[in-house]
Amino acid sequence: MMRARGATFWFGLFALTWALSAFSFQLSKAWDARWLLKYPKAWELPLEGAIKDALNWLVEDAHFGLFTFRDLTRAISALVEVPYQILRDLLIEGFSTGIGDSAVQILPSLSWIAVIACAAAIGHYARDWKLAALVGGCFLYLAVFGQWESAMITLASVLVAVPIGAVGGLFLGIAAWRAPWFERLLRPFLDLMQTVPVFAYLVPILILFGFGPVAALVATVIYAMPPMVRITVVALKGVPEEVLEAGRMAGCTRRQLMWKVLVPSATPSLMVGVNQVIMLTLNMVIIASMIGAGGLGFDVLGALRRLDIGGGIEAGLAIVVMAIALDRASQAFAERSQRARLTGNVLQRHPWTTTVFVVIVATLFLGQVFPGVQTYPRDLTVTTGPFWGEAMKWINVNFFDTFEAIKVVILNWLLLPVKKFFGGIPWAWGIAAMALIAWKVGGWRLGLLAALLTAFIAATGLWPKAMVTVYLCGVSVLIATVVGIPLGIWAAERPGAGRVILGLMDTLQTLPSFVYLIPVVMLFRVGDFSAMVAVVLYALAPAVRYAAHGIRSVPEQLIEAGVMAGCTRAQLLWRIKLPMAAPQLLLGLNQTIMLALSMLVITALVGTRDLGQEVYIALAKAQPGPGIVAGLSVAFIAIIADRIFNALAEGQKRRLGL
Amino acid sequence: MDSPVILECRGVWKLYGAQADSYLSRNPAPQRGDLSRNGLIGAVRDASVQIHKGEIFVIMGLSGSGKSTLVRCLSRLIEPTAGEIFFEGKNLLSMPERDLIRIRRTKMGMVFQQFALLPHLTVLENAAFPLDVQGVPRAERLERARKVVELVGLKGREDYYPRELSGGQQQRVGIARSLAVEPDLWFLDEPFSALDPLIRREMQDEFMRLQNMLHKTIVFITHDFDEAIRLADRIAVMKDGAIEQIATPEELVLRPATDYVAEFTRHVSRSKVIRAASVMTPLGDDSFAGDVPHDARIEEIADRVEAAGLPHRVMRDGKPIGQIGRAAVIDVLVGRR
Repeated sequence: MMRARGATFWFGLFALTWALSAFSFQLSKAWDARWLLKYPKAWELPLEGAIKDALNWLVEDAHFGLFTFRDLTRAISALVEVPYQILRDLLIEGFSTGIGDSAVQILPSLSWIAVIACAAAIGHYARDWKLAALVGGCFLYLAVFGQWESAMITLASVLVAVPIGAVGGLFLGIAAWRAPWFERLLRPFLDLMQTVPVFAYLVPILILFGFGPVAALVATVIYAMPPMVRITVVALKGVPEEVLEAGRMAGCTRRQLMWKVLVPSATPSLMVGVNQVIMLTLNMVIIASMIGAGGLGFDVLGALRRLDIGGGIEAGLAIVVMAIALDRASQAFAERSQRARLTGNVLQRHPWTTTVFVVIVATLFLGQVFPGVQTYPRDLTVTTGPFWGEAMKWINVNFFDTFEAIKVVILNWLLLPVKKFFGGIPWAWGIAAMALIAWKVGGWRLGLLAALLTAFIAATGLWPKAMVTVYLCGVSVLIATVVGIPLGIWAAERPGAGRVILGLMDTLQTLPSFVYLIPVVMLFRVGDFSAMVAVVLYALAPAVRYAAHGIRSVPEQLIEAGVMAGCTRAQLLWRIKLPMAAPQLLLGLNQTIMLALSMLVITALVGTRDLGQEVYIALAKAQPGPGIVAGLSVAFIAIIADRIFNALAEGQKRRLGL
Repeated sequence: MDSPVILECRGVWKLYGAQADSYLSRNPAPQRGDLSRNGLIGAVRDASVQIHKGEIFVIMGLSGSGKSTLVRCLSRLIEPTAGEIFFEGKNLLSMPERDLIRIRRTKMGMVFQQFALLPHLTVLENAAFPLDVQGVPRAERLERARKVVELVGLKGREDYYPRELSGGQQQRVGIARSLAVEPDLWFLDEPFSALDPLIRREMQDEFMRLQNMLHKTIVFITHDFDEAIRLADRIAVMKDGAIEQIATPEELVLRPATDYVAEFTRHVSRSKVIRAASVMTPLGDDSFAGDVPHDARIEEIADRVEAAGLPHRVMRDGKPIGQIGRAAVIDVLVGRR
């Protein structure tokens, strides 16, 4: 009975929406009501001006008694600038005194050999010889393929941003763990930070910190810190109550309890957070090259703008290599277990530190005599640019028609109809429909929230662009799900295939979002279709992973019960495994949507006409108002989707009694 | 019981739920029904116990009976909603944080059900942890830790990490850690419940061996009645947060205060609990097969008494106080008494 009524509700809602979308034009004609189609300008919220004024006030007038806001931003700049400059000196430029032409180098930068030795040593420390070879090999690749300097600039940014992000996140997380009110205060900010597209806060940061690496680093830290805060809270809460009590019974003070009991016990989980910070930092450092971070991201961006296919792929591969090295090394740290104490003197206990030190000193002196030791010799670099350029050309010559045909079919039969459907929905009905969906799924509170957030989007005058975002996101998520869930099921059913598929997904997830744009633009040029392909590739991983995890965590006994009841393999899958895995599938869908939205904004670079483009234009024109408003709209779409799918998953879990 | 009281609690309540504090001040003595009607859960209800120096006091109850909550109130890991707790005559609940920390550092030790070892420290460092917290210099604390680690039989494994040890060994580390500060009062919260039955037995023996050496005052939590009667001087039986009865194992079996306790003790092998003095008859016959001590458990003397044709004398302080014959022993063995 309930089920039938639910079906009627959904069908009715869809039919009504479809009818309104298809005939909205005629309706507005018939009633002579233009407001049906277009949100009246007079009702728009004057947010953009307000944001601009607020920022101006912050920069010009705001002060906290002893110092002004501008002093504060300058202090932060200095604080970030100093370590960044030291790292740049260390990795690239060398230490020098004096300014400009009179500068005298007093100490050269680390030689490429020394950096590779360091990387390999870290790999060995974190796990074993194999990892040392992998990490060292990755860095060697950067040297051999001529990406060294850009890669070191990127690495310097990462090395500055990661400690700030990780330690800052740790302390915020500890504060949130200690004081529940602080956690409640922090949570909406964390939600927003993770859903507001990165471009949106690049603009205010540009205004506050100016163009350059410091602004990029600040943006990076803001972007990378929230997951660390969350993971810290979860990790601290995950320490068994008894361990905490053991600490208290041993007579720990509050501080001892935190630093001698809680944090060390939670270290493995915390290291997972650090791994996330590193990967997000890398992702953001690449994006932030737009506001002056330089490095590999800048190379890719430049190559894309010049349509230099080979150069773009080369730099993109360097990013991939670096991402893999950083990810594997930091993951190994998270899994690293304590080892038996070493004995002997300093040299015997720390063979790697000693070796690295020797290599650094030796290359320092040898580098003075043989320049090739200091800097990788230019004539020995291998450039793959022309090769990639040729390869792309070959593909385009031979497969142009195929790609074009695929593109046209999907555009005409999927993208355009869906775009028309979403584009036609009158804004007023859009708000009502969102509210109804949210109410049906999660009660009146959720309905009210959805109504308010949707109304905000309409009130900013960005409704049409928001609908483009929703349509692109919707189609991409649909495709990612249709491809991803079967892949996930396959991975769960066949361990052999699972290792390959999940390994591939792991790697896909470590790649900075920027990288996905390169092949897509090469093959499909710009437009909605390219954007969709990039988004699907980026958002595929969670659909696969959650599906695999959901199927795998179906209790063994249930499957045995199914087998004993005489189920075929297909029946096992459809009748037992999939229903039991439904909550996981929904959570995977939720993650897919979140990733799709975040990628969608970046695809503004390949010419979409959605909210992301709005943000990107605002960035280009350095207008904080429109950028933030459009960014908030994206965030609100993400928040509505997140709440609805979480509510669905919760409901499903309750029904299954999980 | 003539040794001094070391820990005492009077009328301790622990309620969970909204406005638990104000509810109790308005209704000083609520019944269970009153609580659940107000959406409160009475984890501990009006518990009063006195723990004497040198005794093993066992708190016994099924899961959810509030025994773990009560012991956490006694050590003030949890703040009771109402009631008073005195440790060596000092009010534990009104004590400032600093004094409480000092007492925990020097006078209390606790062993946990899931061992609660610190995963990043070795066996030796875990045992030395309470000393580390107090700021004892490294060399000294490791030396003291080495002694307790040896005491619990883990010599040679000092540099292992907890995950490299079996459950029984891990709990030995937990015991070593709780003994490192040489506490006067030793809390054990279901220390052997997470272990296999065979290991549990072994650990109980080990525990008795330690106690015979150390003579601590012990508060021991268990849900296993056999364990309780094996170890306890006195037992408090808890149900639904309230204490049903506090008595020696023998009294619990012979004179259960409530139906619940009676039901609990019904299936206990009585010969392990009942002592000679409880079933003796007045001295009558002239000739005896031998003497038995008054506090000998029937289990221990059954063979001897049953094999002899004549009754045995029951002796206390060198004087006969009664006699025990075949019939009395058989009555106990088959559960007629």
